[in-house]
Amino acid sequence: MACSRLMWATRAASYLRISVPFTLRVRGFSSVLKDLKYADSHEWVKVDGISATIGITDHAQDHLGDVVYVELPEVGASISQGSSFGAVESVKATSDVYSPVSGKVIQVNEELNSSPGLINASPYENGWIIKVEMSDKDETNKLMGSDQYSKFCEEEDAKH
Amino acid sequence: MNRIKLKGVPILQQLHLEECLLRTSSHNWCIINQGTNRPTIVMGVSGKPAELLKIESVLCDQIPVVRRFTGGGTVVVDPNTIFVTFICNKDAVAGLQPYPQPIMSWTGALYNKVFQGIGDFHLRENDYVFGDRKFGGNAQSITKNRWIHHTSFLWDYEVRNMAYWKLPARAPEYRLARGHLEFICRMKDSMSRSEFISRTIEATKTRFSLRPAEAESIENTASVNTKFCPTTRLLTKHELEAAAFASPSLGSLSRSF
Repeated sequence: MACSRLMWATRAASYLRISVPFTLRVRGFSSVLKDLKYADSHEWVKVDGISATIGITDHAQDHLGDVVYVELPEVGASISQGSSFGAVESVKATSDVYSPVSGKVIQVNEELNSSPGLINASPYENGWIIKVEMSDKDETNKLMGSDQYSKFCEEEDAKH
Repeated sequence: MNRIKLKGVPILQQLHLEECLLRTSSHNWCIINQGTNRPTIVMGVSGKPAELLKIESVLCDQIPVVRRFTGGGTVVVDPNTIFVTFICNKDAVAGLQPYPQPIMSWTGALYNKVFQGIGDFHLRENDYVFGDRKFGGNAQSITKNRWIHHTSFLWDYEVRNMAYWKLPARAPEYRLARGHLEFICRMKDSMSRSEFISRTIEATKTRFSLRPAEAESIENTASVNTKFCPTTRLLTKHELEAAAFASPSLGSLSRSF
């Protein structure tokens, strides 16, 4: 599982005194990665220059259940922050997925067509959904960091 | 919550209305449709005809096939199917998280009330059952601020309509590889149609202030949103034929001629 591998890597790196790109934070049963940004609709985004990789969080996949189908957008499609770009099907439900940033879809994760369960097994790595060429990098300022998102999830779960 | 009572409305029309209300309305809705006008196969959003249907029979008998906007499996609906739908804002039910399992549990509790004292009703792995026999199938769609949960209840069914299905690859564990006729049951053996409708409305009233929707308000919702294009659609004959041709079993048979 991605979570346990990252945890081992983080601890090993700490012992060997080398830096790693991500630090795993585990709150309750859902993991949150430190260097990502998060939307209140439970999508994450990893920014690399003007490119952004987008997926759904561990919290989201845990609450949705086993993903059996992913509806992907077309490459080249324009998307805007907060708008739906696709959907995931789990059990009997389709759930819309929303983009944390605006831009143009430059790649979709075709692996999800044959292996939709990657979203459950590896929400932050192999379960990525789309890559986007961002039209406004400053939009990420409106998103949550890992600490804020962790707190958001805790408050949301506590309300119900 | 606005209540819409329909009778014999074609399932495609019902699904278009539901998809429009989910995506464009800000009100809560309860829709009850007593039967659709003709037998129709309705697949979930990811349904593949070649895997789920005996396409040659479907084509031969000219049964319409609809792909709906919600998840879940395949049903054959007809004038003896009763449809009940809830469309809600995410904050409509206090303390309910807008995810599949909590929504399913909430509806299970509502129908527990409907079927209190009637049969051995359960919500079992997302199906409504009497004992271990399914009589109600569920499906949902969840957006950022709203959700829909709709159910097709087998008040009665035609045995011949079961002939259009293959055994699904994904099936609940409690099915135990039973064929369709050993897996499902008729609701009419437990309750009259009118009693089911009135009990459902009464159970809903314990959770919402229910008011009959005026036809004008429904039309206004639809006309204001003429830009809305539903994703639910009828599959074409060409698509079904292509699916049959591409199917390993039927494709080779066709190609051998």
